[in-house]
Amino acid sequence: MTARMDRKFADVASEGRPVLVTYFMGGDPDFETSVSIMKALPKAGADVIELGMPFSDPMADGPAIQLAGQRSLKAGQTLAKTIEIARRFREEDQRTPIVLMGYYNPIYIYGVDRFLTDAVDAGIDGLIVVDLPPEMDDELCIPALQKGISFIRLATPTTDDRRLPKVLENTSGFVYYVSMNGITGSALPDPSLIAGAVERIKTHTKLPVCVGFGVKTAEHARAIGASADGVVVGTAIVNQIASSLTEEGKATDATVPGVEALVRGLSAGVRSARLAAAE
Amino acid sequence: MNEAPKLNSFRAGPDEDGRFGIFGGRFVAETLMPLILDLQAEWDKAKTDPAFKAELDNLGAHYIGRPSPLYFAERLTEELGGAKIYFKREELNHTGSHKINNCIGQILLAKRMGKTRIIAETGAGQHGVASATVAARFGLPCVVYMGATDVERQAPNVFRMKLLGAEVKPVTAGNGTLKDAMNEALRDWVTNVDNTYYLIGTAAGPHPYPEMVRDFQAVIGQEAKAQMLEAEGRLPDLVVAAVGGGSNAIGIFHSFLDDEGVKIVGVEAGGKGLDGDEHCASITAGSPGVLHGNRTYLLQDGDGQIKEGHSISAGLDYPGIGPEHSWLNDVGRVEYVPIMDHEALEAFQMLTRLEGIIPALEPSHALAEVIKRAPNMGKDEIILMNLSGRGDKDIFTVGKILGMGL
Repeated sequence: MTARMDRKFADVASEGRPVLVTYFMGGDPDFETSVSIMKALPKAGADVIELGMPFSDPMADGPAIQLAGQRSLKAGQTLAKTIEIARRFREEDQRTPIVLMGYYNPIYIYGVDRFLTDAVDAGIDGLIVVDLPPEMDDELCIPALQKGISFIRLATPTTDDRRLPKVLENTSGFVYYVSMNGITGSALPDPSLIAGAVERIKTHTKLPVCVGFGVKTAEHARAIGASADGVVVGTAIVNQIASSLTEEGKATDATVPGVEALVRGLSAGVRSARLAAAE
Repeated sequence: MNEAPKLNSFRAGPDEDGRFGIFGGRFVAETLMPLILDLQAEWDKAKTDPAFKAELDNLGAHYIGRPSPLYFAERLTEELGGAKIYFKREELNHTGSHKINNCIGQILLAKRMGKTRIIAETGAGQHGVASATVAARFGLPCVVYMGATDVERQAPNVFRMKLLGAEVKPVTAGNGTLKDAMNEALRDWVTNVDNTYYLIGTAAGPHPYPEMVRDFQAVIGQEAKAQMLEAEGRLPDLVVAAVGGGSNAIGIFHSFLDDEGVKIVGVEAGGKGLDGDEHCASITAGSPGVLHGNRTYLLQDGDGQIKEGHSISAGLDYPGIGPEHSWLNDVGRVEYVPIMDHEALEAFQMLTRLEGIIPALEPSHALAEVIKRAPNMGKDEIILMNLSGRGDKDIFTVGKILGMGL
């Protein structure tokens, strides 16, 4: 499974540009629309997909992703259905890595072994579980690595040089650098600070470093992509979906095309990142 | 997995990873990990520092009013016709509940760590008031997150916090109760890691909070034990306390955990009954899961989504419980039972009329269990109950339910 992730990062690197990682919430606004959104993402230029697993108490997320999770749960989403979204996507697309992102409790209740078996079976490549720091690696990280699923860790501005080795120890796939201390959807900090942080992490690891939290526009994607191996966009996509819905939170004809248009723009941003940096 | 600890002690936990059996731990975002490790290092230093203990004891005696009295409830005992009932009167503390014990301890730690801003979550408002109080006493700005529902039903405490100079931020997410306030406090903390100390009010959350809060509250049981020995020359037969997150309960239980003859009962909020979702009986009707930094018993659905719960008492309106309680339940040392809203309400009125003490709705749950058990116990037996807070804040809620105009 990790092979698909490694291949993708290598392929994109050979194109001389950063990877575009796109996040959306599984089941938002409903299961079928989610499947359509996911299928549309690579066609619009996404290289890696983070598929959000909704949780009732998303403590590290800002209002946009909180609301997306609520819409999803209200529409009847479960962890089993989120894995099913990935499975449906995999029927058509064998090359785009899928990373499940969320919180631990739904996985714990589903059962770690059963979850990992089903995730492998559905063609899932990696996991980001926000509330499992390295101190809790025995819970899910180690079992996931044993099954060949990458465990992608978040590094933050509070992760200093003393702590980085611990954070990176069992990390695989890529390192997700959270650009600021805070919740998802906040404002983007100064790109030069981020570039410095990426350099710092790269002295500790050979893994690609992707940067997220606060990347909303093609311009951001270009600026961040000049130094990082990848750019993660989440809240902007979730907001795009939200803005396309009816008052009752139902999907419209504009929902999937709206995401496509946004991601196409972001994709153009990352594709010009190194050109801009070289100028 | 949940074997009783070696050395035949129930008081040895947590282990160095913050575990009580399978419960506890450190389930937090990476941004918070360095802070939690810093806090643990500071706490490890402070708890063996005589100067820290001296300052804590001094403020305990002169600011909080410790020791709180042990009171023999003579008329209630007579009325129930069974065991002798004693109250540990934490409601007489400064700010009106046990919450201040923990707040004083933690703000001293915050000062040691050089933090300049305090945040807290609150349900009933007792912890919010205690936090705002110590923040005022030590000259630090304080932001209190409080569910919008609780802001409404605990209006007097909201006003008190504002008078004390705290900023009260209503949280509208979810049902607008304690769980949602805690989520929002964690979001604030993760955003303001550099200068902010998160003053958690109950014996839950990531390690070292459950241990630290317990140790600050353990003074309740230490005093009660000595006072009981002085009053009766022996230990009580039964110790009872209400459990939301469980800080007042672990505070009074901890000293008695290794005393074999002492039966210990924690009382959960049974709300409108355990059949539906309108209760907060995490242990009696929940299952183990991971929320707010620890593994513990939670109210949740089959997909691991956390339920909202309900209790007449805002302080018990939380779908989880401190991890040490989960462990004490699983090893069989403490029995946890539910009390319904209406039973707590009846107990509230009974104590008010018989003893001239208006209890908070939280200890009214413990009292309702005492009222059930005392008549079936011998007159030579002794019950010790933690009267953890006073009921002034609840008179509007109770008045509304009883149809009395205020």
